[in-house]
Amino acid sequence: MERDLTLIAMFAALIAALGLIPQVTLAFGVPVTAQTLGVMLAGTVLGAKRGALAALLFMALVLLGLPLLSGGRGGLGVLAGPTVGFFVGFPVAAFATGWITERLWRLPMGLAAGIASVLGGIVVLYVCGITGMSIILDRGWLEAAALSTAFVPGDVIKAVLAGMITTILYRARPRSVVSRG
Amino acid sequence: MLALTSPVRTRAHGWPAGAKLGALGLATLGLFALESLLGQTLAALVVLGLFLAPGRVFAAAGLRRLRALWPFVAVLLVWNGIEGDLREGAILSLRLLSAVGAATLVTMTTRLDDMIAVIRRLAAPLRRFGVSTRPLELGMALVLRFAPALAARGTQLASAWRARSARRPSWRIVVPLAITALDDADHVADALRARGGLIDEGRPNGT
Repeated sequence: MERDLTLIAMFAALIAALGLIPQVTLAFGVPVTAQTLGVMLAGTVLGAKRGALAALLFMALVLLGLPLLSGGRGGLGVLAGPTVGFFVGFPVAAFATGWITERLWRLPMGLAAGIASVLGGIVVLYVCGITGMSIILDRGWLEAAALSTAFVPGDVIKAVLAGMITTILYRARPRSVVSRG
Repeated sequence: MLALTSPVRTRAHGWPAGAKLGALGLATLGLFALESLLGQTLAALVVLGLFLAPGRVFAAAGLRRLRALWPFVAVLLVWNGIEGDLREGAILSLRLLSAVGAATLVTMTTRLDDMIAVIRRLAAPLRRFGVSTRPLELGMALVLRFAPALAARGTQLASAWRARSARRPSWRIVVPLAITALDDADHVADALRARGGLIDEGRPNGT
């Protein structure tokens, strides 16, 4: 129980810390950071339920007014902005990533985590994000999708990294990778 | 940790957080129901006025937070303009700016403690039904402690990398960062258990 709580809190903090590492800033003004890598890892390492709780805890702190979203954003304004779907999609994506990782227990850890990160951390997250954007901007779904595609290549790299990192973590600390508990 | 509250204290800091959140909810619903350009313009002017009211420092800090919206405003205006419906683009842009602006105002004028107090009050009925809210409260406190510690360790690992390599620090520093995070989670769990664990009001909460 205590360990579940500290692991969940630690991954919420990891999602925040990875958002602080800025890498490239796109023309769109949104920095590409490792934040979604944190969401993927929450799923691949903690599994569906705990991974989603970690992302929910992260969400709660952002809404309370902490600048933990990539680019130092945060506060209630996120809910009214065009990226609301991606934000609300974090726990959904973490859950999906964890759920798929758990289902693929027969596959090697890295492969299972990589596949789960692509499906959960990219496909599910973008479906949420694009839906939110199409509502806020009052645009068709495909038009909103076109605005988001610039980020897909970076996210594919992150999904591959999530697979590799999860493998190393599983070798180094098998007991802590509770998605394979 | 640096919060997104305002650099200057305003009169709105003293208003009850629950009332501000309620008003924000109503205002947002109103903005999304309002379909006229005149109405949206007036609403945007009211929000702008609220940003300007506490003075220049507040306004500058607040409007800087809306920076991420400008590319979307440009897209809306250009896109709708090409389709010959600039009016619709203007309504959507003004609504986006007012809604995010109003929410930003509430965040800027409400301290973290006051926000947490609102959450506590909203969660009170859960406690009456015997659901413990202690894990949630403790969890939030733990993230507040862990996040700056992890960020500092990330910076340390990046410096250590630079001391050894001519290349830029890569994703590889995420591995030691995550491993030490997993270990820290274990240590903090042990420490919590040693201090009585997640026991709520004298009742054991299971393990």
